[in-house]
Amino acid sequence: MRKFDTKVQNLKYQVLKEVAKEAWDDTLLRNFLNIPKIIVPGDEPTMRCCVNKERAILAERVKMAMGGNRENPNNIEVLPMACDKCPASGYEVVADSCRNCLAHSCEDSCKFGAVFFDHDHRAHIDKDKCKNCGQCAQSCSFSAIVKRERPCMKACKVKAISAEGGSSASIDNSKCIQCGACVYKCPFGAITDKSYILNVIDMLKKSAQGKGRVYAVVAPAIYSQFKYAKLGQVVAGLKALGFHTVVEAALGGDMVALKESRELSEKGFLTTSCCPAFVAYIKSQVPDMLPYVSHNFSPMVEMAKFIKETDSEARVVFIGPCTAKKGEAKLEASKPHIDEVLTFEELQALFDSRDIELEKLDEDVLNNASYYGRIFARSGGVTEAAAQALKEQGIDFEAKPLVCNGIEECMKALLVASKKLKAGQMPEYNFIEGMACLGGCINGAGCLTHSEVKNKMEVDKYGKEAMEKSIKDAVDAVMI
Amino acid sequence: MKITVCIGSSCHVKGSREVVETFKRLIEEKALQEKIELGGTFCLGSCRDGVCLEMDGQIYSVTPETAEDFFAGEVLKRL
Repeated sequence: MRKFDTKVQNLKYQVLKEVAKEAWDDTLLRNFLNIPKIIVPGDEPTMRCCVNKERAILAERVKMAMGGNRENPNNIEVLPMACDKCPASGYEVVADSCRNCLAHSCEDSCKFGAVFFDHDHRAHIDKDKCKNCGQCAQSCSFSAIVKRERPCMKACKVKAISAEGGSSASIDNSKCIQCGACVYKCPFGAITDKSYILNVIDMLKKSAQGKGRVYAVVAPAIYSQFKYAKLGQVVAGLKALGFHTVVEAALGGDMVALKESRELSEKGFLTTSCCPAFVAYIKSQVPDMLPYVSHNFSPMVEMAKFIKETDSEARVVFIGPCTAKKGEAKLEASKPHIDEVLTFEELQALFDSRDIELEKLDEDVLNNASYYGRIFARSGGVTEAAAQALKEQGIDFEAKPLVCNGIEECMKALLVASKKLKAGQMPEYNFIEGMACLGGCINGAGCLTHSEVKNKMEVDKYGKEAMEKSIKDAVDAVMI
Repeated sequence: MKITVCIGSSCHVKGSREVVETFKRLIEEKALQEKIELGGTFCLGSCRDGVCLEMDGQIYSVTPETAEDFFAGEVLKRL
């Protein structure tokens, strides 16, 4: 069964796997320069113009797999050599498709006088006049007008990517929320997330020598991943890698739901804080909304903190679908609790670097959290959990939630809320659930396979399999 | 004396919560709060048939059904 959605993911995975293999064998520093040749062994190019360029780019990918540029605090980076500098010129007439018709509906639809015709009556667009409204494209009966847009810039709704003068893409760190949308969408794999897989291997090796115990805290989105095996086999696989045990981040979700619902009732207006990309957007673009962001930790950090309270030797690795979590883990408030973050893509590479075949393992168990903690993984889940937590705690407060699915909806809601609250008015809602990825974490950039609908169904199913039926029961069971 | 009960998934589904509740009740009934510290951890590294717990550096396996007898036997004799 195929493990990834795209060939770009597969290439990243191959690099990660080779890097991990060498790291396990303690041969990485001697051999990392050979990895490009291991992946592209022949003389014929397989992806680009020549093998030399392919290998040069692969060398850059190896660097990213080894942690990337440490000078750059952003976990998402452009590999300029890999960037194909895709056209980003806005609306253009496709010469072959324009039929040189008489109607000239494109000209009539343009309010800015940007459409003109050559001596063959073929339409052209004057870039200086065009405002990119798209009316001409809609009016053309032959669909002869298209929008040329770079996939990375199209994916980046917070407009952190630019390409001045047709150059390779560049990321404005002050705007980037590290959601990874561009990473998944770039067809050339020219934007990628730094990997800290080596730190994890190092922790696991030390633990094998009796130094510390490494806990894997897995995001509930995991249920929709590794579908070629059962979840219990993924848990067994993690233990085979050397993790001491596996704990559900969803249990941290249950803990957060209880605290966050109380906070909502006390403050009267609140936004969630579980999505680091959403919080990063507020910090950089709508800072006046910061006081309304829940002061609670995310489920990842909450769970890690709890684990370390029960075991002083614990090291905690979060494994999830999210590239922004890599940034959250480095925040001063998270650092004492979370030691490292891996994506599902990286976990697949880690499994395969040790030849762990999940399908052949005996199933282990993963069952601490409630339905509500588990559905944090999808859009609308935190809202459901907060309402349930209010009910279970007998708090008389009417939550008026607004579920924002994807960063664009978040941006709109924050703008409106910020304006109203500044003017001393209350928006129509008092609880904003913000998730940067469409569909929620189940569609995060670090997923092996992406699907808003199918993955939601999977996570809901996982929620219903929870042994504990209420949030309080799940939390009380571990609070001794 | 510290008793650490496993609260990880494997023991949770075998009834770690009931075991903890039984211990809590017995500690209260016998007023042993000063002498016994009850704690939890996510894995004791030796999953068995029952719920794992650690006492005096040794690992034991109990079930919700045997928790009361275990307390009366193994725990009380160590105090």
